[in-house]
Amino acid sequence: MNMSSRKIRILLAKPGLDGHDRGAKVLARSFRDAGFEVIYTGCHQTPEQIVSAAMQEDVDLVGLSCLSGAHTYLYPKVAELLKENGADDISVIGGGIIPDKDFQPLYDAGLKALFTPGTTLESINSWIRDNIKPRG
Amino acid sequence: MYFAQEVLASSSEMKKKWEDEVRRVAAKNPDQKPKWTTVSDLEIRRLYGPDDIKDLNFETDIGYPGQYPFLRGNQVTGYRGKYWTFRMFSGMGSAEETNKRWHYLLKSGQTGLSTAFDFPTLMGYDTDSPKAKGECGKCGVAIDTIEDFQQLIKGIPLGKISTSMTINPPATILWAMYCASAQMAGIPLDQIAGTIQNDMLKEFIAQKTLMCPPDPSVKLISDTVEFGTKYVPKWNTISISGYHIREAGATAVQELAFTLRDGMEYVEDVIRRKGLHVDQFAPRLSFFFNAHIDFFEEIAKLRAARRIWAKAMRERYNSKDERSWWMRFHTQTAGCSLTAQQPYNNVVRTAVEALAAVLGGTQSLHTNSLDEVLCLPSEHAVQIALRTQQIIAEETGAANTIDPLAGSYFIESLTKEMEEKAWDYIHKIDEMGGMVKAIEKGFPQMEISDAAYNFQKQIDSQEKIMIGVNKYQTEEDVEIPFVDIDDTVEKEQIARLNDVKRRRDNKKVAECLKDIKAACQKGDNVMPFCIEAVKNLASVQEICDVYREVYGEYRDPGIY
Repeated sequence: MNMSSRKIRILLAKPGLDGHDRGAKVLARSFRDAGFEVIYTGCHQTPEQIVSAAMQEDVDLVGLSCLSGAHTYLYPKVAELLKENGADDISVIGGGIIPDKDFQPLYDAGLKALFTPGTTLESINSWIRDNIKPRG
Repeated sequence: MYFAQEVLASSSEMKKKWEDEVRRVAAKNPDQKPKWTTVSDLEIRRLYGPDDIKDLNFETDIGYPGQYPFLRGNQVTGYRGKYWTFRMFSGMGSAEETNKRWHYLLKSGQTGLSTAFDFPTLMGYDTDSPKAKGECGKCGVAIDTIEDFQQLIKGIPLGKISTSMTINPPATILWAMYCASAQMAGIPLDQIAGTIQNDMLKEFIAQKTLMCPPDPSVKLISDTVEFGTKYVPKWNTISISGYHIREAGATAVQELAFTLRDGMEYVEDVIRRKGLHVDQFAPRLSFFFNAHIDFFEEIAKLRAARRIWAKAMRERYNSKDERSWWMRFHTQTAGCSLTAQQPYNNVVRTAVEALAAVLGGTQSLHTNSLDEVLCLPSEHAVQIALRTQQIIAEETGAANTIDPLAGSYFIESLTKEMEEKAWDYIHKIDEMGGMVKAIEKGFPQMEISDAAYNFQKQIDSQEKIMIGVNKYQTEEDVEIPFVDIDDTVEKEQIARLNDVKRRRDNKKVAECLKDIKAACQKGDNVMPFCIEAVKNLASVQEICDVYREVYGEYRDPGIY
């Protein structure tokens, strides 16, 4: 076992003006209990703030939560800004009330996974373990 | 309640016999699960009896409707004189579209209006702000200036129908728009009736539409209470809300305790800051609760809320006017109890929750639409939700008699238990120095986070059940019509705002904003200045920017 391998670092962020943070906060605790390192931004972050925090904190994954319907604009914007900053090796996943019709455009924009209501905490944790490796 | 000694003695003997029987039967057919709890994880006993309510005093704990401690309701005639107000929360897209929905609802038998604003409006940003991008009209109606507002209320008789507005940081501004619109239509301020939510404490705790720090936020609220007391006496200037606290994951007891303690904080602030006597303003304080899926727990919670408030007002604040002791409240069924899976089941959940609200004595009710967990509600879904209330009112007989569950061993015992647990929280917050201090410490936020995480783990482990989510799942979900707000709404709204800014007297607007700033700096009441500003077409964000400049901006600390 490589003792120097660090824990997976996750930035959990709430983009936009939406304040429904129950899901994000439950996930923050769940990530912590699952052994990930988690940084939670709190509500009302702009995509620029999220990308800058992701780079500063050197995270492996950005998790986005928005329930206002503005995910169609905000999630792709975060992915786009990461790319612009040469940080698109940081994966982006999203959650919330996401209608089926929005799935493909969000995947096309670079989102790696989307989780909708009814998802168990463990299924998100195991997706992360299977798909995200600590960078460097 | 008083039971003769002989009754208690024979009850105790019979109870012992029953308990022996329970042990014998359960040895052969064990209970399906070891612990039976409410959705809030409150443990419930197998049976309740005289023992459980023998300490209640009929005169001081129960009484009659319209009499202290108002456990059985404020209205002496119950629902016979008037049903609760059928008040559906609605707002979507442009003011024009929402106005159309309002007229549809009124035609369908709705008796009060309730406004949902979009996130930019809720947070004090105009539609053209970079922060508002992608949000316009999505979760409610977009309002930038009084012109949008007047489009919203077009054809609504302001002097006759009461309107509730779910608005918090910019409450002064939206209320100013309402007052100004009434004045411009020749309706005196003392005739308009309605409610502004205007409860910032629960925003810091739960809903998170945030602008300024807690202290100046409460100051602005006290301004509205003072202005209402003097000039708009039929207006409910605060709707002290447990709804969002519950939706954020709180237990029923936490909802009860934090909401009522928030109410006490406002009472104390108005007395201290404005020098008003409690009975000058307390009769206009109103409340707003959640009706969650655990039927009896919700009924007990609403009954307990009335008793706690009456006792607090009389004993804690020495209020002499019994109208101050009344807890008047609106209820909304629980959005968080609905499921995206098998969405038609939501009709059943909402009906059960609405019945609990009615049996708990609500005075106003919103019933959620089956599709609200997925999108904005369709006209058809809203109609089913409204019909649910009408069926409860006019078919089921639930409104025939007042507080029909009073005297039930279980209900009275649970009401008492929840009341006591709520007081424990209230006293704990008192010891912290009040709710603002408790919020600064992150206390209510952490308590709610604990409860929300606990509930999710119980769902994941199937200790608690949500049908369609963790039990009785189906492979494929039925398709329901999907209501969407497209990007043209945003473009058109920005065009409208630009047009207003071109047409208005910008010099006059600047003067009005300067007046508001001066009022903020001097600690004067901002309301008269806001009314003047909105009449002169100042926008929501322009006024909020003044608040942010003078009072500072609050950032969500992201406590979990």
